[in-house]
Amino acid sequence: MLEYAYLIPLYPLLAFVLIIFFTRWKERLSSAIAILLVLLAFVHSVFVLVAMLGRHGAPVELSTPFIDHLIIKLELGMWIDALTAVMLLVVTIVSSCVQIYSLGYMHNDPRWSRYFAYLSLFTFSMLGLVIANNFFMIFIFWELVGLTSYLLIGFWFEKKTASDAGKKAFITTRIGDLGFIVGILILTFYVGTLNYQEIFEKVTSGTLSGGILAAAGIFIFCGAIGKSAQFPLHVWLPDAMEGPTPVSALIHAATMVAAGVYLVARAMTLFAGSATASMVVAVIGLITSFLAASIALTQNDIKRILAYSTVSQLGYMIMALGLYGVDYAHGHHSAGYVAGTFHLMTHAFFKALLFLGAGSVIHAVHTNDINDMGGLSRKMKTTTITFFIASLSIAGIFPLSGFWSKDEIVASTAGHPVFMVVTLLIAFMTAFYMFRLCFLTFTGEPRDKERFEHAHESPKSMTGPLTVLAFLSVFAGWVGLPWLHRGFSSFVYHDQVHHAGPHYILMIISTMVAVSGIGLAYTIYYKKVISADALARRFKVLYKLSFNKWYFDEIYDAIIIRPILGSTRVLWWFDANVVDGLVNLIGWLTVKWADLKMWFDRYIIDGTVNGLGYLCMAGSWMVKFIQSGSVQFYTLVVIGGAIGAVLYRVTEVGFYFYLIGLIIVALLSLLVKMTRPDRVGTEPNIEG
Amino acid sequence: MYDYVLSSIIFLPLAGFLVILFLPKNNFNLIRWVASIFSFVPMVISFYLIYDYFIVYSGSADMVYIEGPFKWISVINAEYFLGADGISVPLLALTGLLSFLSIIASFNIVNRVKEYFAFFLLLETGMMGVFCALDFFLFYVFWEVMLVPMYFLIGVWGGPRKEYAAIKFFLYTLFGSIFMLVAILVLYFTSEPHTLNMLTLIQTAPGLGHSLQLFCFAFLFVAFAIKVPVWPFHTWLPDAHVEAPTAVSVILAGVLLKMGTYGMLRISWPMFPEATRFFAIPVALLGLIAIIYGALVSMAQKDLKKLVAYSSVSHMGYCMLALGAWGSVTALAGCMFQMVSHGLITGALFLMVGVLYDRAHTREIAAFGGLGVKLPIFTGLMVLFSMASLGLPGMSGFISEFMVFIGSFSSFKLITALAVLGVVLTAGYMLRMVQRIFLGEFNMAKWGGLAEMNAREILMVAPLAALTVAIGVYPSPLSNVMKATLENLVNLVAR
Repeated sequence: MLEYAYLIPLYPLLAFVLIIFFTRWKERLSSAIAILLVLLAFVHSVFVLVAMLGRHGAPVELSTPFIDHLIIKLELGMWIDALTAVMLLVVTIVSSCVQIYSLGYMHNDPRWSRYFAYLSLFTFSMLGLVIANNFFMIFIFWELVGLTSYLLIGFWFEKKTASDAGKKAFITTRIGDLGFIVGILILTFYVGTLNYQEIFEKVTSGTLSGGILAAAGIFIFCGAIGKSAQFPLHVWLPDAMEGPTPVSALIHAATMVAAGVYLVARAMTLFAGSATASMVVAVIGLITSFLAASIALTQNDIKRILAYSTVSQLGYMIMALGLYGVDYAHGHHSAGYVAGTFHLMTHAFFKALLFLGAGSVIHAVHTNDINDMGGLSRKMKTTTITFFIASLSIAGIFPLSGFWSKDEIVASTAGHPVFMVVTLLIAFMTAFYMFRLCFLTFTGEPRDKERFEHAHESPKSMTGPLTVLAFLSVFAGWVGLPWLHRGFSSFVYHDQVHHAGPHYILMIISTMVAVSGIGLAYTIYYKKVISADALARRFKVLYKLSFNKWYFDEIYDAIIIRPILGSTRVLWWFDANVVDGLVNLIGWLTVKWADLKMWFDRYIIDGTVNGLGYLCMAGSWMVKFIQSGSVQFYTLVVIGGAIGAVLYRVTEVGFYFYLIGLIIVALLSLLVKMTRPDRVGTEPNIEG
Repeated sequence: MYDYVLSSIIFLPLAGFLVILFLPKNNFNLIRWVASIFSFVPMVISFYLIYDYFIVYSGSADMVYIEGPFKWISVINAEYFLGADGISVPLLALTGLLSFLSIIASFNIVNRVKEYFAFFLLLETGMMGVFCALDFFLFYVFWEVMLVPMYFLIGVWGGPRKEYAAIKFFLYTLFGSIFMLVAILVLYFTSEPHTLNMLTLIQTAPGLGHSLQLFCFAFLFVAFAIKVPVWPFHTWLPDAHVEAPTAVSVILAGVLLKMGTYGMLRISWPMFPEATRFFAIPVALLGLIAIIYGALVSMAQKDLKKLVAYSSVSHMGYCMLALGAWGSVTALAGCMFQMVSHGLITGALFLMVGVLYDRAHTREIAAFGGLGVKLPIFTGLMVLFSMASLGLPGMSGFISEFMVFIGSFSSFKLITALAVLGVVLTAGYMLRMVQRIFLGEFNMAKWGGLAEMNAREILMVAPLAALTVAIGVYPSPLSNVMKATLENLVNLVAR
């Protein structure tokens, strides 16, 4: 089964193709195909995990060329090791639960078949991402999960908020992917391969080190920042809650957003080679975790609280992995790697459960606002119990799964005091906001009577998956019990097994922190000893910051979105008026130049020609009168000429007087001839 | 049968042109089917050619299917000389496919049908000829032959500003052609014995002096850059694309733009290696400007067709960036992939815009909203092509952009890193467009009467969708076709 593990992603792909092209019109058949094939993928994943346990995590690699003969070979392949096997199982379990749950949640939806097709496509992409053996392939599936996330967030696209959220998610994560692409380019150029193992060999052998390695690591981490909704690109995840709730559970809580964490874990060798890159990872994780937890404290939308909680928990994992890298780069091992991946697994279960529970609540009361809920425990037994289990788990209460994984995360901050303090603070906030949510939703008096009256427990198809996930939220963490010597930490590890062993002091501290968080929520929202409103007024600035999500959306709108949209208009004006204006100006000048030439041609060139003709004709017109045919006139000219010649011989001055007189006489006689009426008809016509 | 295979794909459409001239003017269906047949056969041959080339010749860098050189105009040594290699074969197939699909898409033309299809077939002859000609004079003739039918196709069957757009397109291209002609004359008179044979010139032209090389390169570049179009020579494109009828926009974007980049790959780069290396950075910079600038201007568009037109400017920028990285087979292969992929995707987008315009009689993005409710198939296909255009993996646009990036990164670190920004900007304007047209509230009163795509319309975009996905999923056949030729090209430029 292990060597055929590449089939696991292909089952849901087959489901997608079948539904889109063949069974779209038969709704029940479509959902049956989708669920059947994802269950098949789940069964196959179980076999893979068993086989992997049998070989103690010894990896398997298979690959086939995609495009060879480029400067590097691009290939598609699979790399199965312990981490892959665990992730395959997590993804298929959550996906199966969510698809079954959707049977109840999405009933009567007009785009039912399409919904299941999209879920199948998502599952295919996510499994492909997990199974990839190189950065090229992971990037392909990385983008495909982005696409399916876009399609599913905007599934109810008639709502403007939903289509906005889908677009925002796609573009924001793509900004992170810019960095990912540059990271891949750096690896291509400086390492010459994108295969994980070949790159890691270069790192461990020291061929790849220093600034290049740090740059590659940080740029690749940008991809994780986008996908895992880390600061400063975390803004898309809360908005993504516009999608159907099962989608939020699957994609925006348990699997896709965990892809960033998976990427960091997968490329651990890369980060572990550079303390700088790892430190960046750890700090981003810590900032994110703190910011998100602080925002979750005051939100009123049940899904958004869970979304910020997700961001915060992902930050936890990223931080643990980063701290592991820092420690590793400095030459010592820590629990961080195991903590991050372990929490990735346990979080998937209890967070999926929380979302599905929230979905069950929303299904019952048709609102997301916890101010309109209250007292629902009386109507929804299973939902309430499972939701409390998940909340206790995420808060880190002994002996639920969240306790063990969170404990390891706290342990991994050993040696980094600032990280440890903030981590504990976040743990406190987590316990507080989760139980604020629980108490406001399920206990007390119903605040909206009408909604409460119509509330009812969800159908079996929805409570069934809740129960399965509740079971996992309790027990999944037990594979990593610190007393187990052949537990999670000796299966999924980086470089060499690091078994931390139980830290009783830390366990006690973190339990105290969690319990005090729950206790504070209890006094405020259950006992109502302290007024929440009074607290909000007391810490007005902090409350406003938290309630308005630290104004990230507003700031981004002002410094990024508006300037870009403004620049598009400026450039469009520039293009239409300056660049094209220049072209049109050249055209216009050519036309004007032609006009000028035409004027010159008509009036100067042609004018000269016509003018000469005119002159000739005018001259000849005048001269023709001399040719009168009168012998007397000719004799007069001859005599006049003779006299003139004689006079010239005698005196020059006299000659001139004579000549002038002659011309006057000639002109006068000409004038007389021209004015004679019988000559009018022969006037010259110079127009011709 | 190979003896005249290239001539047959060039001149079959011309034969169709002549046949149509003799058909009765009012028998629309006869004219349409004759035109389809005379473009269908060259398409089949061009597909067979790519298959045959892949099987038989893909390892060889030499020209194959050679015809000639036959004496043609012996006074100037012009010859009839055709041939194809790994660069031209994919483009011939693209031309064959898009011409046929465009003719199918033109079945709804009712005005002066006979002239329309006659001009269309003449256009196809010109395009096929450009991709096969190996003699400079012949190349120039085909290059110009294609202009005339294009001028009339835009000017007669176009939109409201058709006269302006047609004359702008014609004059702009002609303006570039003059530069090409000068360069051709320089090459002719400096070669000894005087020749117009491109293959010979590729061998001898590098012997020209440095400044003469730069001069010829720059003059040819202007001619080709206008066609691509490279920023800032691009403003004829939005006007021509928007005013042209749908099928003509498809040909403009799908094939004509590629003639510019084809000219660079076939002529400028191997003929003037020194100049190519000299101008590498400016060329890449022009590519970067086009990518970012085109994307930003696209984002500001209110007219759907203009948005697609400006996206072409942006997408052809990737080709220029890759051409700047002359030393990398990967980059040049990326350039070729981008040419093919852009032809498929943008051709399809124009067809889709045409389908919408036929029904709604407007292309204003703001006029729509929520069409996804009413037109699921149209929406699905449009989203598919938008995703392909923004470079989503699994489709051809991703492969080409990725190859361009990894190829160019070895030559230009910063320019390539900045060019990656184009990926987000493209996503920005494509998704905005998708959202404003297909998502949101559906206006039942206004668009309730819109009909879903009919079978003919689905059939004309389906091959494009299938090929886009096929190349995206399994690109290696296409890359194998062009591999040897491009390796040879890189060696020629490195001389």
